[in-house]
This record gives sequence, structure tokens and C-alpha cells, in this order.
Amino acid sequence: MPQSLDALQLNFAVLAPALTLIGFTLLVMLVDILANDKRPALRQALPWVALAGVAAGLVVCAVMWGQPAQSFQGMATSDRFALALNVIVLTATALGILVSVQTIPTINYRVGEYYALLLLTATGMMMMGSATDLIVVFLALEIFSLALYILTGLRRESRLSTEASLKYFLLGAFASGFFVYGAALIYGAAGSTQYSIIAANMAAGIGTPALLYAGLALLMVGFAFKVSLVPFHMWTPDVYQGAPTPVAAFMSVGTKAAGFAAFIRVLLEAAPAQQETWGTALAVLAVLTMTLGNLAALRQTSLKRMLAYSSIAHAGYILVGLAPGTAQGATGALFYLFTYAFMNIGAFAIVIALEKANEDDALQNRAAGIAPRRPFLALAMAVFMFSLSGVPPLAGFFGKFFVFSAAVEAGWTWLAVVGILNSAMGLYYYLRVTVAMYFEAPGEETATAPRDGGLLRLSVAVAALFTILIGFYPGLWAGIFHTGLGG
Amino acid sequence: MVIPNLLSFITFLPLLGALVVAMIGDEAGKKQIALGTTLVTFVASLSLWFLWDDSVAGMQFLEDYAWFAEFGLRYTLGVDGISLFLVLLTTFLMPIAVYFSTLYVKEDIGLYLAMMLVLETAMIGVFVALDLVLFFVFFEFSLIPMYLLIGRWGGAQRVYAALKFFLYTFAGSALMFIAILAVYWQTGTFSLLELQNTPIQGALQTWGFLAFALAFAIKIPLFPFHTWLPDAHVQAPTAGSIILAGVLLKMGTYGYLRLAMPLFPEAAVQFGPWVAGLAVVGIIYGALLALVQKDIKSLVAYSSVAHLGYVMLGVVTLNEQGISGAVLQMVNHGLSTGALFLMVGLLYERRHTRMMDEFGGLWKSVPIFCGFFLVVVMSSVGLPGLNGFVGEFTILLGAFVYQPVFAVLGAFGVILAAWYLLTAFRKLAQGPLTNPANEAANLPDLRGGEIAMLVPLVLLFFLIGLFPNLFLSKINPSVAQLVNRTAVVRSIEMPDLSAPRLSLTDAAQSPSAFAAKVER
Repeated sequence: MPQSLDALQLNFAVLAPALTLIGFTLLVMLVDILANDKRPALRQALPWVALAGVAAGLVVCAVMWGQPAQSFQGMATSDRFALALNVIVLTATALGILVSVQTIPTINYRVGEYYALLLLTATGMMMMGSATDLIVVFLALEIFSLALYILTGLRRESRLSTEASLKYFLLGAFASGFFVYGAALIYGAAGSTQYSIIAANMAAGIGTPALLYAGLALLMVGFAFKVSLVPFHMWTPDVYQGAPTPVAAFMSVGTKAAGFAAFIRVLLEAAPAQQETWGTALAVLAVLTMTLGNLAALRQTSLKRMLAYSSIAHAGYILVGLAPGTAQGATGALFYLFTYAFMNIGAFAIVIALEKANEDDALQNRAAGIAPRRPFLALAMAVFMFSLSGVPPLAGFFGKFFVFSAAVEAGWTWLAVVGILNSAMGLYYYLRVTVAMYFEAPGEETATAPRDGGLLRLSVAVAALFTILIGFYPGLWAGIFHTGLGG
Repeated sequence: MVIPNLLSFITFLPLLGALVVAMIGDEAGKKQIALGTTLVTFVASLSLWFLWDDSVAGMQFLEDYAWFAEFGLRYTLGVDGISLFLVLLTTFLMPIAVYFSTLYVKEDIGLYLAMMLVLETAMIGVFVALDLVLFFVFFEFSLIPMYLLIGRWGGAQRVYAALKFFLYTFAGSALMFIAILAVYWQTGTFSLLELQNTPIQGALQTWGFLAFALAFAIKIPLFPFHTWLPDAHVQAPTAGSIILAGVLLKMGTYGYLRLAMPLFPEAAVQFGPWVAGLAVVGIIYGALLALVQKDIKSLVAYSSVAHLGYVMLGVVTLNEQGISGAVLQMVNHGLSTGALFLMVGLLYERRHTRMMDEFGGLWKSVPIFCGFFLVVVMSSVGLPGLNGFVGEFTILLGAFVYQPVFAVLGAFGVILAAWYLLTAFRKLAQGPLTNPANEAANLPDLRGGEIAMLVPLVLLFFLIGLFPNLFLSKINPSVAQLVNRTAVVRSIEMPDLSAPRLSLTDAAQSPSAFAAKVER
């Protein structure tokens, strides 16, 4: 018996970070059950239990750092790439929890459910980076997607929220369908769903290239849905708008990080030889995504929809670094997502402060003239906006520096030029928020009493601090994301 | 004597001051700390002057630390004869601009002063950075405080002007960013000191130059990229205008001189005549536009376009006279135009209009103001004995050596400058005093504090005008080194350049010989 078990290679330690989060998910549920009306204090403890889970996850990652291992017959790994993604997802989760604490109780009575689902989402996202087999990717994809469908529809009495949830679910199901179909075709082409074997078989000439390309194309559609690449982005603004704002904040970073991580690994490990083909496809998607995302964002009056279109544009910038298929690009993409976690969740946190309780949407004029009255909020939002637009010396600048540099290094200078011109275009709508805050007089719509309680301020402060710190000293953080993936 | 990290201290002290200004609550305290910070920064930067080694042509006060190791980004600071005076210009103008603001800015003064101080850090950073990315970071970062200053405290069209300023200049430098990356992947370094000895090959020589030149042409601004400038200048608050004209525009000419030319010498030679042509068009066109302005502030703004045309003309000549003159003229323009904006601001705060038709006969009511105004105007016109003359003359000498036609056309600009500036002076100060609002009872003359802002400026006008060697002796070695370095790369072109030199007077042989003559 021991021998056969050993042959199965069931080394659960490889998934330790994800398993830690599952453990804490169960703990959150347990505390939620115990927290009845007699013990209201326990309900207050729920977010802290969830945060403790995130902290434990980070500790586990740190312990496992630099000791890559394979498990489940090569279906999952704990290499540096996987752990680096875990760091990004856990960062986003921690910030997501902090911005939720004061908001979620006003939306939904079942707070415990919320944090459990949030941790489960994070678990799925983390597994996206560990997966080295298409089946595992699919499992991870479904774990976090299903949890997100529920979180999106949390505002049950809001029509927009319900619509967003249904829309996300339907389109997400389609995307999953595409993904599974693609995986099946790749299995047919290369005789395996495991990345290393796919690449080896194709290199050995055993596979059917035409089928592989068809499969890759379908996989690409599936991923493109998840990370909202044009033309598969339609759901993004509606879902961000309808979802509770803390959920939108978390998912805007989390889904992108997870989707891109799995995408990068598939491309670089399963189809490195086909780079010329998929590189061109990615470049086309990048140009479309950046340009349409920015153009659409220019026209938005709603803060959340503006951030949604901006997140589409940012997916495009990340693609610029990925098209060449180099290690530098993979590192750049992860670094970009890391910076994005701080500046984007920070920006959403300000939206939370500005919107009214249980409101569908905060318009941009809600921010008009808040600078003199709320200097801290305005300054932090300015930091996030400037960082998102890539003005140095903030974190966003070095994110762009990384991905554009990867493109230029590989000779894709034209793509970097399109990217940088796009970020100049994007500057306009980010600046408009600062115009409203600093240059306009307060109007009727102005948020008179921003909901910026202590924890929200804390999350804003942490996000702003990191946005500045990474900008001043990028070298301190970039090391985490040199994963060795892609050579 | 070596003071460790002196440049870092000078660069980041204002930022520290900005943080303090933002933290403390007391308004009078904010003003004192802001003014104190700029004064200490100025004194500290003066030590650069006193510790200066005239015999060194290269960088002095070097600081070098690893910053972002994997890309070889380094935190490298240093000054040579070219950047020294731009740093001093910045630290000299800041206390004046800040003091003016403490007198007249009423709304949200804390944020205003903090932004001014942040801006000072960004500007000094641009002039001392010796790493391409570090330079770019400071260069772009300067946009944020200026954008807020214009948009929050500017005139009626302030939001439009602020957005235009930010978007125009940001878009302009976007391509430079890609070119910087391309330079890195070709040469393996961002260090300016290393890049000086690493020739850039192939197509990058051309398009890299064009990308850099575009970014700086917009910043300078060179015709036809100047359209953001009048908006930004006219709408900006007075202190913003002083700094914008006095220092920010120099970031463009400095960048061209420090980066575009040494990195891409072949392309710089190739495209030199085009840039010179645009510079000359700017000189004439800016002057003609200045001539028809009714608003004195737009007049000064357009005069900046013309004056920076001179600087660019001097820079592209690629000879010692031209470049030394250009460096000196950057400082001159910063002082003269800064002073002009200051005077316009002082007048505006009294009358709340800048239309020249509203004034006339001010000699009778505000003689002290008019006396200073005359000196400032003369300095800007280029009256011999004052600073503007030395710079313009040296530049025109350099331009003669380069291509006489540019010098001849450029000289027209001197005449036009005299025309529009003296017309402005006539409209304001001379003639009958018809408007009762301009009478002495309604229009107070300059007070002690305001005079105190102008006196150092005027003293410098005379100092540079009468003793240019004090400055040129520090500028020339670095300029000569720059010229020699580019000359090695374009060795074939050199004989052509030196040929017409012989036909000129001995004054043209070297700026210092000429300057000695002026001193007599």
C-alpha cells in the first residue's frame, strides 16, 4: 500500500497555501455558526479570522519559498511562479477584507458567508498559479468563478446586482465551455493535459499541430473572458457596477492575477514553440484591449464603470509584456499585477467612501470639491489616479516600465509605442477625477459625509503607502517576481 | 572639502519641507517653514558654487547608489558647469516665488506651498540626475505639482489650461520613454556617464533622437509645439508663472543639451538645421505674437517662446560659443522673465487686470515699480551692460559660425523684442495718467518686502552683465568637453564648422575673450 500511495505522489504540501485558506474558510463558517445573537462579538471577529487566514497563507508561502516541488503526478507545483501569484492574490484579499469590514454588514446580514466565499475565491485563484495541468486549471477556475458569481449578486434587493450576477454567470459559463473545449482539443492534439508532456510531445512531432492551435485559440477565448480582453470584455463594466464595491475591488485584481498567471503558464510551458503564432494573437488583442478600454473609459461618468474600463485597458498593458513570451515579460506581468493590487483596490476604497450605503453607482461628480474638506481622501485618490496613469515615481510607472521594457527587449517596440500612447490617452480620464476633487466647487452630488471609517482609512493608507514605496524603491519588490518561468 | 550627499540634500530638502508644511496646522507656520526651506536650500546650493573646482570639466559632487539593480537603474547625481547654474537658478527663484505667494495667495495656502516645494525637488532632480530613468522620473513628476498649481489657483480658464499642460507634455514624453528603453536594450545601461562613451547604432540613432527631441521640443516649447504655453502661463498663478518660465521650460533645453545631443550626436548634426530653423521661426513668430497681445501676461508668455528660440539656436550650433551662450541665456531668461512675471503679478494683485489699455502714466503714481520694471524690461530686451545682452550676443556669434543665415534671422528677433517690450513699457508707464484707478491714491507703490524680492534679481542682472566671466569660467570647461565629445563622433563634419571661424573677429574665437571685452 505505501508504495502505491507513493506512486500517486500525493504531496499535499505543494498546495499548502491554498489548503491553509480552505482551513480558514471552514473556520470562518464555524465562527459564523457560533456567532448567534447571544454572542454578537463573535460576528465582529469574522473579518479578523479571515485576515488571519491571509496572514497564515503568506507565512506558508514564505516558508515554502525557494523549495519548488511537484505533486499529483505533475499536475500541480509550488515553484516560485506559483508562490509569487499567491503573494499577489493574498495581498488583494487582505486589502479586499479591509475595505469590506464596514461596508458588507450594511449590504448583507450573512457576514460569515461573505468572508468564507472571499477566502474560497482566493483559494481558487491561488491554485490557478500552481496548476500545471489543464484539468487542475479548470478546477481552480470553477472554484473561484462560482464563488464570485455569488459575491456579485450579494446585494439581493438591487436589480443591477442581480443582473450583474446572472450576466457574469452566463458569460462565465460560456467561457468555461470554451476553455474545456480547448482543453479537450489540446488533449486530442498532444495526448495529454499536462503542460510539460504537451510541449514534449509536440516537440517530438507526435502531436497534431493544427488541433493544438485550435485548442490554444479556444483556451485563449476562455482566459480572455476572465481577464476581460476586448472583444470578450462586455461583462466587466456591468459586473463591476452591479457588484458590491468591495467585491468589485477584490475581483478586479484577483481575477486578472489568477487568469493571467494560468494563461502565462499554459503559453510558456505547454506551447513555447508556438510563440510566434500566439505572440501575434496576443499583440492584436493587446492593441484592441488597450485602445477600446481607454476610449470607452473616456466617456464614463460613473466612477465604477470608469475603473472597469480602466481595468480593461490595464489588461491590455499587461499583454504588451506577454506577447514576446519571454521570462522578462512574465516577471513584468506579475510585478504589474502586484502594483495594480494596491492602486486599484485603493481607488475602489475611495469609491466606497464616496458612495452612499447600498447605492448602485457613484457618479464622478460625487468627488467634486472634496479636497479641501477631506484632504487625506483626495490626496490618496490622486496618488492612485496618477499611479494608474503611469506618472512616475509611483508604482504604476514601474509596472509599465517592466512590461514595456520586456516588449522593447524582444524587439516589439511598435507594441510598446502603442501601449505608451494609450497610457497618455488614459491619463485624461484619471486626471478628470483629480479635476473634480481639487479644481471643482462642491455640488449637490458631492459626498457630504464620506463613509471613511477607521479601517477604510487604514486600507487606503496602506494602499497609498505601498503605491509610493514601490515607486521609490521598485528593486525591493521586483525580486519576488523573478520566477524563472520562461527561461 | 567634501560634504557627503550634498546634492541629495539640496534635492530632497524641499520635499521634506513640503511634508512638514502639509503636516502642521498653523497657517503662519506653514508660510515660515516654506520660505525657510527654500532659503536653506538656496544657501546649501550656494556651497556648490563656493566648493566648485573650475579645472574640472566633468561631473562634480557625484553620488552613485544602486537603485533598481536588475535593470541597472542607479541613483546617480552630479553637476557640471552646465547644470550648476540651472540648479542655482532654481534655488534662487524659489524663495522669491514662495515669498510672493505668502503675500498674495489666500486660498488653501498649505497645499499651495507644499506643491511649490515638491516642484522644487522635481526641478532640481531633473538638473542633477545622471541616470536616464531617474531623469525621466523627475521630468515627469514635475508635471503633477505644476498641474495642481495651475488648476487650483489659476485664472478663469485654469482647468482647461491645466489639463492641456499635463496631457500635452505627458504625451510628448511618452515616446521618449520607449526610446529610453530601446537605448537600454541596445547599450545595456541607463547611466549618462557610460552612455557618453557608448555610441548608439543603427536606426535608433535617428528615431531615438526624434523621440527625445519631440519631448524636449514640447517642453521648451519650440515652434510649432508651443500652443500649450500661453494657456498655461496666462492661467497659472504668478508664482507658478515665475517657476514655469524661469525653470520648467529650461528642463526642455537642458534635456536637449544633456541627453538628446550627446546620446545621438550623428542625428543631432543631421537634424540640427531643422531644429535651428524651428528655433528661428519661433524667435520671429513668438515676437510677432507678443507684439499684438493686449494682455501683458500673454505678451511675456509669447516672449518666452522667442527667447527660448535663442537658447535652442545656441544649443544646436554645437560650438562652444553657441552652447556657452545658450547655457548663460537659460539663466538670463529665467531671471528676466521670472522678474517680468513677478512685476506683472505685483501689478495684477493691485489692479486685478492685466490689460495694457487699462494702464498708462504709471510713472507718476508708482515710480518705484516703474523703475524696476524698466530695468527688467531692459534686461529682457538685451541692453548691453545687463545680462540678456551677453547671452544673446554669444549665441548669435555661435550661430554665425554655424550658419550665418540663422544668425541674421535671429538678430531680427532682438529688434522685435525691443519693439514689443518697449511698447509694453510705454503703454504701462508713460503717457498721460487718464484712468483714475491708476492714481497714486488707489494704486500703492511697492512695499519693502516686494522691493526685497526684486533687488536680488536686479543685482544679478548687473552682475552677469558686467562680469560674465564669473559664470562663463565655470560653464566653459564643461561645454568644451561636450563639444569635443560630440566632435569626435562627427569628426567628418568638423572642418566645415571651423572654416568660417577664421573670418570672424577675435571675439568670436572664445566666449571668454569676448566676455573680457565686455567687462572692460
